[in-house]
Amino acid sequence: MGLRGDAAIVGIAEYRPERKFSGTPTFSLEQWADLAAQALDDAGLDARDVNGIACAHDVRESGFFVPATVAEYCGFRVNFAERLDLGGASSVGMVWRAAAAIELGVCDVVVGAVVSRPRPLDPTPGPIDPRVYFGSSSNEWGSPQAEFDIPYGNLAQNCGYAMIAQRYGEQFGYDQRAIAKLVVDQRTSACANPDAVFFGHPITIDDVLNSKMVADPIHMLEIVMPVSGGAAIVIASKDKARRSRHRPAFVTGFGEHLTHKTPTYMPNLVETPVGPAARQAFAMSGLTPNDVDCVELYDCYSITALLSIEDSGFCEKGEGMAFVREHDLSYKGDFPCNTHGGQLGFGQAGLAGGMSHVTEAVRQLRGDVGERQIAGCDAVYVSGTGGVMSEQSALVLQGA
Amino acid sequence: MDLEVPRPHPTPTSQPFWDGLAREAVCIQQCDDCSAWVYYPRVRCPRCLSARLSWHDVGATGVIHAFSVARQATSPHFVKEVPQLLAIVELDAPCEEVRITTTLVDIEPDAIAIGLRVVPVYDHGADGVTLLRYRPAG
Repeated sequence: MGLRGDAAIVGIAEYRPERKFSGTPTFSLEQWADLAAQALDDAGLDARDVNGIACAHDVRESGFFVPATVAEYCGFRVNFAERLDLGGASSVGMVWRAAAAIELGVCDVVVGAVVSRPRPLDPTPGPIDPRVYFGSSSNEWGSPQAEFDIPYGNLAQNCGYAMIAQRYGEQFGYDQRAIAKLVVDQRTSACANPDAVFFGHPITIDDVLNSKMVADPIHMLEIVMPVSGGAAIVIASKDKARRSRHRPAFVTGFGEHLTHKTPTYMPNLVETPVGPAARQAFAMSGLTPNDVDCVELYDCYSITALLSIEDSGFCEKGEGMAFVREHDLSYKGDFPCNTHGGQLGFGQAGLAGGMSHVTEAVRQLRGDVGERQIAGCDAVYVSGTGGVMSEQSALVLQGA
Repeated sequence: MDLEVPRPHPTPTSQPFWDGLAREAVCIQQCDDCSAWVYYPRVRCPRCLSARLSWHDVGATGVIHAFSVARQATSPHFVKEVPQLLAIVELDAPCEEVRITTTLVDIEPDAIAIGLRVVPVYDHGADGVTLLRYRPAG
């Protein structure tokens, strides 16, 4: 079962994340086309080579028929058109879907993009849609969340991750200093990445623990900073990859798993869906967790990264806190994790936050990230998480 | 900006559950085919997809399975409820597979703990809908 490893990420483009956007607002479609052009240029491919696209749910000008809208706008004629709805796992999801479509032979150059820069103000604004206050929770009539979760205040992300963290602590022990160290190590890497929003701002464990308690046991500095940004990738067949400008990042394994939207209904609050996803990804690639040179783990919260370390198989269940205490997770360390700073250090530009783990993995494999480069990087594990540990995806990427 | 706290709007499928709370009982579904207890109400069993579900009043006592004290409102609607005492309650046997999203009342934030025994509090709203909250037992 699985991929032969014949498709590779050959082009990437990324807007620098900004806490305060300094450019001119553009429409989502305009950002999509701009990033696609940059990523194709990075790959050394022509727009006319594109015969597949992968979009997400962030093209604001078109709630439905997104791939058709994007294809028309960019002038692409595609045999493969995806619209992912996996939240923060959408980027990782795009990569394997594109790779699978390429291996099936239905296309050989796929562009995927996620866009999150501010749009121009609408000159004829309608009333504020009340749905904006519910984030990714659904308050539509008939939605289980609207009826059984939201009326109790259980909505959005913070409280769900906090409850998972509490449960984890009850079962395995909770070392606040260890989980704060995870944030600190990633900040160390962010300080070696001039594009990270927290570049130039190192922090200490005490800084994390002294930051505001948002939802016990999660502090402000354990939560990602929303920023503007966007990113695109080009995934191509082996033939096309051979002629690309940079070292291709071959997609040799993937997995994806989901069971719930609200943590209340998770089969087990402390066994996250990335477990089965990672096992499939590693089995498909023929590698084990010990074989990868660095990991890029989705880290909307510190607890997400911690559970992803455990459930992806980098340590035993329940030993994540000890693992973080015993290893240096920065780019300089013995377990390089989120070498771009993670979203905790780099910033979370909407769905592009999840793509930042993919682009960093590709850059590490290319060997061109400067100070934070991992020596001899040939294999990287990447994870994606959407919702509240709701949908999780995993990738193994390898240099040729 | 004042936004009202969102209220549940029962559906034809869920009405017996809300009717139960109104008479201060917890009435949930059980699958006639695989015996799974089903929460929240559905038209099909989430274990075997059987449509043969029947309603039963159950003892609604349980334990706190997970919780968080939200020091920052989870949405603008809940600003006046901060700190929000959010919990997931796991029911006692035979419905121990049932987990319920709720809020805790009559308890100090520092006293909340996983495993704490809790009993239902029927919070009757002016709109005729009763919410199922929990407080410490005893």
